[in-house]
Amino acid sequence: MLLIPCPYCGEREETEFHHGGEAHIERPQDPDALSDAEWANYIFMRTNPKGLFHERWVHAAGCRRWFNMARNTATNAIIGTYKIGEKPPKGAR
Amino acid sequence: MSQINRLAHGGRIDRSKPLHFTFNGQAMRGYAGDTLASALIANGVRLVGRSFKYHRPRGIMAAGAEEANALVQLESGRRTLANQQATRIELYEGLSATSINCWPGPNFDLMAVNSWFHRLMPAGFYYKTFMWPAAAWKYYEHFIRRAAGLGVSPKLPDPDQYDQMNVHCDVLVVGGGAAGLAAALAAGRTGARVILADEQAELGGQLLGEQAEINGKPASHWLAAGESELAGLADVTVLKRTTVFGYYDHNFAGMLETRTAKLPNGGATTRQRLWHVRAKRVVIAAGALERPLIFSDNDRPGVMLAGAVRTYLNRYGVRAGSNAVVFTNNDDAYRTAIALKDAGVKGVCVIDTRLAPHGELPTQALQAGIAVIDNSTITGVTGKRRVQSVEVMTLNADASGVIGPARTFPCDLVATSGGWNPVIHLHSHAGGKATFDEARGLFIAADTLQASACIGAANGEFQLNDCLKDGFRAGRDAAAKAGFKKASRRKLPTAAVVDEAPARIIWALPTTKPIGQRGKHFLDLQHDVTVADVQLAAREGYRSVEHTKRYTTLGMATDQGKTGNIPGMAVLAQALGVANPGDVGTTTFRPPYTPVTLGAFAGRNVGPLADPVRMTPMHHWHELAGCKWEDVGQWKRPWYYPKDGESMADAVNRECLAARNAVALLDASTLGKIDIQGPDAAEFLNRIYTNAWSGLAIGRCRYGLMLKEDGMVFDDGVTTRLGENHFLMTTTTGNAAAVLGWLEEWLQTEWPELKVYCNSVTEAWATLTLCGPNARHLLAEFTDDMDLSADAFPFMSMQEGTVGDIPARVFRISFTGESSFEVNVPASYGLALWTQLFNAGEKYGLTPYGTEAMHVLRAEKGYIIVGQETDGTVIPQDLGMQWILSKKKDFLGRRSFARPDSARGDRKQLVGLLTGDPDMVLEEGAQIVAENRNNPPIPMIGHVTSSYYSANLGRSIALALVSSGRDRVGDTVYIPMPGKVISAEVTTPVFIDPQGERLHG
Amino acid sequence: MAEVEKPVKKYSLFSLARNALSFHQNWEKAWRSPEPKKHYNAIIIGGGGHGLATAYYLAKEHGLTNIAVIEKGWLGGGNTGRNTTIIRSNYLWDESAAIYDKALQLYEGLSQDLNYNIMLSQRGVLNLAHNLHDVRELKRRVHAIRLNGIDSEYLSPAQIKEMIPIIDISPSIRYPVMGASLQRRGGVARHDAVAWGFARAADARGVDIIQQCEVTGILREGGRVTGVETTRGTIHAPKVGIVTAGHTSVLAAMAGIRLPITSYPLQAMVTEPVKPILNSVVMSNAVHCYVSQSDKGELVLGAGIDGYNSYTQRGSLHIVEEQLAAVCMLFPIFSRLRIMRKWGGIVDTCPDASPIISKTPVEGLYINGGWGTGGFKATPGSGWAFAHTMARDEPHALNAPYALDRFTSGALIAEHGAAAVAH
Repeated sequence: MLLIPCPYCGEREETEFHHGGEAHIERPQDPDALSDAEWANYIFMRTNPKGLFHERWVHAAGCRRWFNMARNTATNAIIGTYKIGEKPPKGAR
Repeated sequence: MSQINRLAHGGRIDRSKPLHFTFNGQAMRGYAGDTLASALIANGVRLVGRSFKYHRPRGIMAAGAEEANALVQLESGRRTLANQQATRIELYEGLSATSINCWPGPNFDLMAVNSWFHRLMPAGFYYKTFMWPAAAWKYYEHFIRRAAGLGVSPKLPDPDQYDQMNVHCDVLVVGGGAAGLAAALAAGRTGARVILADEQAELGGQLLGEQAEINGKPASHWLAAGESELAGLADVTVLKRTTVFGYYDHNFAGMLETRTAKLPNGGATTRQRLWHVRAKRVVIAAGALERPLIFSDNDRPGVMLAGAVRTYLNRYGVRAGSNAVVFTNNDDAYRTAIALKDAGVKGVCVIDTRLAPHGELPTQALQAGIAVIDNSTITGVTGKRRVQSVEVMTLNADASGVIGPARTFPCDLVATSGGWNPVIHLHSHAGGKATFDEARGLFIAADTLQASACIGAANGEFQLNDCLKDGFRAGRDAAAKAGFKKASRRKLPTAAVVDEAPARIIWALPTTKPIGQRGKHFLDLQHDVTVADVQLAAREGYRSVEHTKRYTTLGMATDQGKTGNIPGMAVLAQALGVANPGDVGTTTFRPPYTPVTLGAFAGRNVGPLADPVRMTPMHHWHELAGCKWEDVGQWKRPWYYPKDGESMADAVNRECLAARNAVALLDASTLGKIDIQGPDAAEFLNRIYTNAWSGLAIGRCRYGLMLKEDGMVFDDGVTTRLGENHFLMTTTTGNAAAVLGWLEEWLQTEWPELKVYCNSVTEAWATLTLCGPNARHLLAEFTDDMDLSADAFPFMSMQEGTVGDIPARVFRISFTGESSFEVNVPASYGLALWTQLFNAGEKYGLTPYGTEAMHVLRAEKGYIIVGQETDGTVIPQDLGMQWILSKKKDFLGRRSFARPDSARGDRKQLVGLLTGDPDMVLEEGAQIVAENRNNPPIPMIGHVTSSYYSANLGRSIALALVSSGRDRVGDTVYIPMPGKVISAEVTTPVFIDPQGERLHG
Repeated sequence: MAEVEKPVKKYSLFSLARNALSFHQNWEKAWRSPEPKKHYNAIIIGGGGHGLATAYYLAKEHGLTNIAVIEKGWLGGGNTGRNTTIIRSNYLWDESAAIYDKALQLYEGLSQDLNYNIMLSQRGVLNLAHNLHDVRELKRRVHAIRLNGIDSEYLSPAQIKEMIPIIDISPSIRYPVMGASLQRRGGVARHDAVAWGFARAADARGVDIIQQCEVTGILREGGRVTGVETTRGTIHAPKVGIVTAGHTSVLAAMAGIRLPITSYPLQAMVTEPVKPILNSVVMSNAVHCYVSQSDKGELVLGAGIDGYNSYTQRGSLHIVEEQLAAVCMLFPIFSRLRIMRKWGGIVDTCPDASPIISKTPVEGLYINGGWGTGGFKATPGSGWAFAHTMARDEPHALNAPYALDRFTSGALIAEHGAAAVAH
């Protein structure tokens, strides 16, 4: 049971949030310029690391805001959360 | 039966409150404060049950959660409980318990024939046999299943209720023994919010079974004072009969509180509460569990843990035997010997594996006249249904065997101690590691991922004085780390320090023959796993402790190996030639620490509260009209409204005819409605939908299709421009939340530069869809500020005005292909308007229609339902919807159309199907083939997505997804069903009014 | 002195009886614990069921015996030893039906083939429908499975009640039981025995099973694989198969390959054992639960996945609570039984809920993974097809659709509805 520090609301129970997958995957500006493989890489391929992971969450049953979180997927330890558009906190880059 | 083993004095039981109970039908008596186990011992009951595999006679071996043998079926009927440990059942008036897994009873059990064949049933024997002939396994299995299992499940639903509690605290203290109580006191005194949870009915833990003194007085004084101090601290919660069963990430703990321990009929309270605790700090003072010595036939009734024997004497005032041998490798068990002697038990002597034990306690024992036989072991036990004597021999130099003459000691009780294991289960649940302390033969908690600490006996501190010190320090420390630093100047309590000599660890004690060849050395009593089994596993290459555990089933019984696991691991290490048992690894402890009721996990989330039911404002009208319901997501939607005696088909046909020939009314309130505002709203829709939105005029509606990035259809609906920067989007009922989430995700994470705000207004509006040629006439009676004529109010437009004096938005949109008005009024007016419409509507033939008629009507027009005509593999082109894909802009999912699979020629396409027999309604989900045969395998070319009888057409219709379907129009395809093949012609998927004249009318 | 008997190889009632006379001292090791050699013809990374099955079929079907299975922990210790042991082949799409039924057919003869009783128990698997949409989808599946030549039936609530008398089919419960699909050939098998049986049989054919040996790197030269770095040294091989459910992405990353896989926790649990009360396997996708009763008498229950990436093999309590509430709804008599043990595994899921059994851009490197919540039932079929792929350097028709490039072409095999648990 994670205790997630929403950057807008503070620490809240995991049950208030939805996970949004890997963070920092940008939609290509010009999809037509991509090969099928590059397009597949954008839609389907994920790093899925064991260890430091940057991921998106949304405080669905709270402020409804999306944010990013740096978490260790081997221990579930949360290194920090940061707002969309911000850089990961120190120690989580 | 009389309480022949009850002492005249002593213990914490109340002799003034006798209680009556029955065991296997026999009437017995005990006292308030007894457990079923202590009462059974008091009544002289030795044989409580039979073991899982060999059906060997078994008695009580422990006094707490580690009990492996004494499982009973408690009560009968609806409230019966299987596999209950007699040691954890508080005695109450009228209690009734029976032995399990034996027939007809524990004294004479027919299944004991298993033990005759024990040589054929070593660990894992079933993997090696029952394979011939291949088909016979199911017959073997039938008998294996009947023989397995322990108690019986209730046969009727549970009459009791369960609660769940959600709490936060600064410090959670697990265990109310000396260390835990001290920690709770120290933390509580700082003002921190403290929860102290203990599994027993009384605080005190191991102290309750000891004759210990604190500050020179009986420990009970300190316990009482501590408990009373805690009761006076406002922010301290003490929970008894509450087991912290699991420890999860980020300092989250699950606790099970039993509230009806003495109320078999439930009383007026919930039976159990499952607590969710989020703690800043967790102090694990869960104590230690004694482990038995592993010797030949160590399972006989009367062989018990030494600490348990002491607990029965000191806490319950019962002696577990009248003639006792204590068998130990450490000093602690001498306390038991002395207590037994003091209680008048005869012939008390100590068999010690150590040479010349010399600590304080052995010295006291010798002074008390207790014989000590050193450097020796029990080599055999006589007596099957109760111990009659033990055979004792001297250990050889390396304790690998025995020497010298055998001596026989008559006795009916063997109290054994192999030392104590810290309870580090919770520490391990949450990812904590453990290290093996070789000298003492036990695992100690090491690194943890959580804000927690193991203290006291749970950390290998077995001196009471150390536990007290450790507890106060840990409590203060935990509170300080949680932000509470108030100092206390109180003097810490002290206890006498007893000098205890080291134990001599011999994991499996030798007998006169190789282990396994004389009697059985049991490790796991409940599952009948022996040292020989573990050695066999090692010999056969099951080297990991996990392999051995699974191969032998060691530690997988209801007690989860609380006494047997560590000796089992050590035996495995020896068998593998590994010096340090820690090197074969410890299996990770899994929650729960002790079993937890399913009902408690479910809490109140059962019955009607299993999931919220969403109801529209008109719900009760539908109910009174006698509608049948369809569940769509959490919503209840009227499915159809049968009149007296009508079949479903009758009702749906009537509703469908009314919708096309008169007027019908649908409650469409469940459709998702999302209010979208902001200067970039149109641009946002351009990206989200496949078609263009910038040019949509205010007051106009447009159908939109939403795709995922893989190009597959995700949702559809009509969106209306309410203002320059204001849109109202509708979604399918089931997808409303998902679509809002989808919009927010893109807005917030990908396009934060767009100034757009979305909000769900689904429940703000009641939606009443009037459909049919008379719809306009009926609606006209209710509005005087809207021109409803086709010219002034064309299809795909919206007007705001009043309907029945209620402010309303009226949309001319249609999901039936019929002239329709979708009237939206504030939700609280929905029922009023609905009722008014019906009051006025009879003359127009107003008929309520449900989702089934809606589905038929839309299928007549070939309108898709997302999730029915689509399944996540369908692109718009498959549906014949190329027209909705803008070529002038990018939109989500567009790029995926350029992938080879999207361009495949044989994609499944939406078509209509007309069966040869017009009355034959195909089954939805039926598969379509090209050949007229019914002998699988047959290649499938598609499936029926929707299929109905259309009263308007007087025949059946169906929609289908068929490979290259549009090329097959006019072809005959086949639908093989069990026992028959149905033929159908492929058609275009529009059956009625292909020109849309009704729609625009 | 007793005569030293030769170790016993073959398992039978006779050998059991003969060994009983010698106190079971003479059983041969089920498998050796060899030191890794410097070179093999092929290396399988991952000693779970799929990896061991791959090794077995490489040896048996393709005569490749100079091969090693390299396992970081202990064989069968990953998802093989953590699943709820359900076996079935009731999948919607032709591609899925083909490979899962191949697996089921292999399972049906596996005890005899391996000379190890895997306790295949074909007690029937029911998948429940709780609303009209479920009914439609389930019927679609039942028809498709039947036309693929696989046993498949649709049951009405009354027929369900006849098979499972303790289920509540009352229409008033929150998620009423409206129908079910039934595959009578479906059931359960003893999961550990599957791993051990394959290990023993592969070992007997000369395969080296090397436990406690973690792969730390995948060696490549000029676009082709040459071996692996391990905690026990470098091992060379021209062919390497990654079969590491729960860590597929981690191993693939060592070869610079990104996969369409996300790893989630999946929890399962058992109750205390009780006398027989539930004969068949009952699954419900809508309320996220599946339950069967083991031969030992425990109810074996599985929950839905936890919704975030994690390699911790732990899940959250609320997931279990939701699932057990569903169990209590369907089986109200189970409310007073108790959960004895619960645990978590790591499931590698693909976007289409179908696996990857494929060659990779690195020559000689193959991947078998992404089985999501349903890998156990596929074990022999997966190993059989993967062995073919590794031996011939080309997929078998059974696994050709499961190539990595389907994510580029878009030819996905969407089996979300068939998974026991919604992804």
